[in-house]
Amino acid sequence: MNVKRGNGIDCSWVVEEIRRITCDVFTTMLGMDPAMGEAKVERGGPGPTDGVVALVGLAGGCVGIGGLACSGETACRLSSRMLLTEIESVNEEVLDVVAELTNMIIGGLKTAIEKQAGPMALSIPSVVFGRNFTTRAKGSSEWTRIPFTCADGDFEVHICLRPGEGPVNGTADVRSGRLQYVTARSSHGEVL
Amino acid sequence: MALDVLIVDDSAAIRKILHRVLRQAEIPLGEVYEASNGAEALASLERHRVNLVLTDINMPEMDGLELLRRLRDSEAWKSLPVVVITTEGGKAGVLEAAKLGAAGYVKKPFTADQIKEKLTGLF
Repeated sequence: MNVKRGNGIDCSWVVEEIRRITCDVFTTMLGMDPAMGEAKVERGGPGPTDGVVALVGLAGGCVGIGGLACSGETACRLSSRMLLTEIESVNEEVLDVVAELTNMIIGGLKTAIEKQAGPMALSIPSVVFGRNFTTRAKGSSEWTRIPFTCADGDFEVHICLRPGEGPVNGTADVRSGRLQYVTARSSHGEVL
Repeated sequence: MALDVLIVDDSAAIRKILHRVLRQAEIPLGEVYEASNGAEALASLERHRVNLVLTDINMPEMDGLELLRRLRDSEAWKSLPVVVITTEGGKAGVLEAAKLGAAGYVKKPFTADQIKEKLTGLF
């Protein structure tokens, strides 16, 4: 099994799945194929960060958080492309587009993991926009940062996973609420 | 006959994209209404008679599967065609939607052609 090797998670499999899914989402929704850089594993979590970060929680056979981070300028360009309208500054539409792209990427990863770990649940995305904020996941300290480059700028997919207690039954409680795992510290941030 | 459609998704971006795809599809389109969750969708259906619902699954307040359940339990809406459009691409989600009588299932990310093909098959 790729997802759980002993008590751990095969990081290289997760990175390859994220590459495949991210390319599929960007090609289908935005008409461009991003190039992946070298993934890095970090203790403590990404940050401090500026720009837009969307986060989605996972529960079930694996638990954790996945997210997409980019600058405000890149977020505006991606949103302009997806909505076929010119957007010059970060607004509700931009935050919504970044949240939805994250939802599709982490939702795709959830589907891939479910094939091995059983039914999982996905939270509603949370979006942070601001400067100098840090993301932490309660109970997990290792984050994998996967950088991408595309025609509209650079972005990163972040993932923090650990084995969970097992498959979820029916619709999980994380669906009905906001993400419970993240603490975000921001000097000029907005949590939506 | 023009088709009146209700789009249910908590993402305004996705609602906007689906609205655009519907306009481009080769179907006689009437009014397009929008709702951001299942509860809003039920309220909208009380006010507007529609021929088709396109719904996401993972939404706050009331998700798409619960919306489907409520529609199937209702005398007025039990045969209303509902197409599920969602990131929930796992087997369990597809089976649950099918069990509840979804007329179709499209996985996000989607292309305009996939949506058009699904609608053309229905009408």
